[in-house]
Amino acid sequence: MNHLDNRDKPTFEFAQSISPTRSGASGLDRRDFLKFLGGGLLICFSHTSAWAQESGRAFGGHELPKELDAWLHIAADGQVKVFTGKVEVGQNIRTSLAQLVADELRVPFDSISMVMGDTDLTPWDMGTFGSRTTPTMGPQLRTMAAAARQMLLEVAAERWNVAAASLTAAEGKVTDPQNARSFSYGELSRGEELAKTVTTEQSLTSALEWKIAGTAVPKAQGRDFVTGKHKYPSDISLPEMMFGEVLRPDGFNATLASLDTSAAKKPPGVKVFRDGDFIGLVAPDAFTAQHALSAIQAKWDVPAQPSNQGLFAYLKANLASGRDEGPQHVSGSVAQAMPEADLKLEEQYTVAYIAHAPLEPRAAVAEWADGKLTVWTGTQRPFGVRDELMQAFKLSPTQVRVIQPDMGSGYGGKHTGEAAIEAARLAKAAGKPVKVVWTRSDEFTWAYLRPAGLIEIKAGARHDGTLVAWEHHNYNSGPAAIGTPYNVANQLIQYHASKSPLRQGSYRGLASTANHFARESHMDGMAHAVGMDPLEFRLRNLTDSRLQAVFEASAEKFAWGRVKSTPERGFGIAGGVDKGGYVATCAEVEIDPASKRVRIRRVVQAWECGAIVNPDGLRNQLTGAIVQGIGGALFERILFANGRILNPHFAQYRVPRFSDTPQVDIVLVDRKDLPSAGAGETGLVGLAPAVGNAIFAASGIRLRNMPMAPSSAVPGEPDPSFRS
Amino acid sequence: MGDFVLNVNGAQLRVSASSEETLLSVLRNRLNLTGTKYGCGEGQCGACTVLLDGRSTRSCLVSVETAAKAKIVTIEGLEQDGKLSPVQQAFLDEGAFQCGYCTSGMILGATSLLHEQHHPTEEQIVEGMEGHICRCGTYPRIVEAIKRASRLSAQGASR
Repeated sequence: MNHLDNRDKPTFEFAQSISPTRSGASGLDRRDFLKFLGGGLLICFSHTSAWAQESGRAFGGHELPKELDAWLHIAADGQVKVFTGKVEVGQNIRTSLAQLVADELRVPFDSISMVMGDTDLTPWDMGTFGSRTTPTMGPQLRTMAAAARQMLLEVAAERWNVAAASLTAAEGKVTDPQNARSFSYGELSRGEELAKTVTTEQSLTSALEWKIAGTAVPKAQGRDFVTGKHKYPSDISLPEMMFGEVLRPDGFNATLASLDTSAAKKPPGVKVFRDGDFIGLVAPDAFTAQHALSAIQAKWDVPAQPSNQGLFAYLKANLASGRDEGPQHVSGSVAQAMPEADLKLEEQYTVAYIAHAPLEPRAAVAEWADGKLTVWTGTQRPFGVRDELMQAFKLSPTQVRVIQPDMGSGYGGKHTGEAAIEAARLAKAAGKPVKVVWTRSDEFTWAYLRPAGLIEIKAGARHDGTLVAWEHHNYNSGPAAIGTPYNVANQLIQYHASKSPLRQGSYRGLASTANHFARESHMDGMAHAVGMDPLEFRLRNLTDSRLQAVFEASAEKFAWGRVKSTPERGFGIAGGVDKGGYVATCAEVEIDPASKRVRIRRVVQAWECGAIVNPDGLRNQLTGAIVQGIGGALFERILFANGRILNPHFAQYRVPRFSDTPQVDIVLVDRKDLPSAGAGETGLVGLAPAVGNAIFAASGIRLRNMPMAPSSAVPGEPDPSFRS
Repeated sequence: MGDFVLNVNGAQLRVSASSEETLLSVLRNRLNLTGTKYGCGEGQCGACTVLLDGRSTRSCLVSVETAAKAKIVTIEGLEQDGKLSPVQQAFLDEGAFQCGYCTSGMILGATSLLHEQHHPTEEQIVEGMEGHICRCGTYPRIVEAIKRASRLSAQGASR
């Protein structure tokens, strides 16, 4: 059996030998780490300025890993290794972060290799979510690279006995232009053992001067993805590895009533383990394991539980704390302003539970060796999963290593370590490495979902189109982007946490999608009530120049307003800002008058997130966000009753496919004068309201429930006026 | 359990498996050809697509016994002497992936499509690829990649 491919191997061995001396909270010795790396230059980034300039000292203590955020190493051959706890899940940060480092360090892109999401090799990191990588890890890595470049200049200056300021760094070399001589970075780091901790106090290269960052560098290791060589978490295999399966209950909150595993144990090599209501098994091959699982006879008692029917009333009536303590934003007085408004509009909006449905389901391979647990798994939070494993098995940080091979995505859905714990549990019981791969229906049922939510908006405006009052309540879906970017003197905005009948959690964009859907649909309704063009109405109430700019850019490319909507063809616009990204989306929909089928024909999306690091990767992300957004906007929804998911298959849970995809035009606004923000999420939020507004423009029918055009009715909701 | 000889990427591979075991399971778990992916196990997502006698086939729906009668090509078998196939090259050139998990299936699906229809229209591409899910939503680039591959093939690049 082939195990880890060659690319992974050196890292693997390398980590095994160094992990006892520098892992997580156990203490950290940069000298040892450096020695292991074979000397060279090692740069660490710290938030704590007190550590600045301290070099080569061993630190211990629990707080340390939280404060050292990244490492950068330059080896004697000039190769640069960058260590970060962030993970690559398809959003292209393996490429974009390396571009930033290459640019700041003045080395070719190809000399950088990123070591990511490995709890033994990389500094502690909270996780990869919230569009935080580009705005936080980007500057940290650039800071280290700038410090490393300065160090190399100083080493060269010392060797030549000249002033460092007279030297230049470019293309992986330090050059002395006056004497026409140069050293490669490798020559400079060879024989050196230099470790340095730096803080943010470095002057970074302006985006205007970028040569590698800001360009369309192709995806790192792209060839491995078209040849099938890349090893995803579910592709990892180890010597003597067994295949594990876990018995899933018949429903949520079920208790085991009876169990008979005798038939399951019959095939040779199958071992069944039980620990309370956890029933799992291992077998020498996946096929035998699956058959053994289906041979288990189990009866479960599943209590009566809520269903789609009446869900939104349930969410409003069942607040998480039993009373209302949600964070509130209040300015002026909505109660006083509303009666004086010329035009008023009060509506309810809803969003359904939807699934992330990453194409690679949860998977993990666990191995116990010499008292240490190593788990390869797909997760956005390797250190969070390490904590889960430490807790589950009562281990110290040095006894657990979590490795995250670039995975088959997550979209916010893989923050947790369910499969990792299952594989570790079975591997411990079996005394051999075990792989666990969730089925598609496991993933739909036992992962968590994007929260469903109810949003109530009440707004008032004057005849001239000036908004005077805005009240926005979000029940359960979340507070992300709940605040309005429009100027309204009187506001009451509140998120109310509810008791969710289903397991829910993070999702690409979080509640930004729901809050934008409600707000931008309501804005459209207000514009209609006032009798203004929807774009004009928005701009009238807006002074945020960055948001104005994307609205204008999107409208211009779309030729907004040049063609009037008809019953068969509607045009809609929506936009907003969240997590540093500004988005404006125009959509054209086609409606078949007989079948009421809605097709999205064209989407133009303008986007601005400061200085663009990789325009090609950014276009890919934005297009993907639009396409993914189509699902939640038109047809995706989880159906459930009595603790069971009723549509846990792709045949029943429709996701966007080729035929759902419109013509997509992306307009990038590159603000090199502004810091780069993340772009993985907010590109999703304009689509649904733009489509809803386009349907309204065509038909006069306002759709206030996402999904807006499911192919069949969602139980508990009115029959859809349109289908898709 | 039985012994089967599979013709995979031009090599005869001997494997012990249950006759009902899927080709997908055998490729991934017994032959360690992990370029072929599990996405749903129900023929709904296309991630497990391989070529059986040149035709796009869901390896999760085919038993090893059936597959033993055919010539099997997986993603690992498209590259010849270090040269990518036109479809692989086109996907790389267009950057037609994000996480890349669907890519193997997409490439084999597209290879089969272009075999049957050398110069497909956009509608034919959409229709032919409809059974493949890219959850990252990279469809527009995949369509462009297939068009590019069609041009590359026409220029006489080897398939």
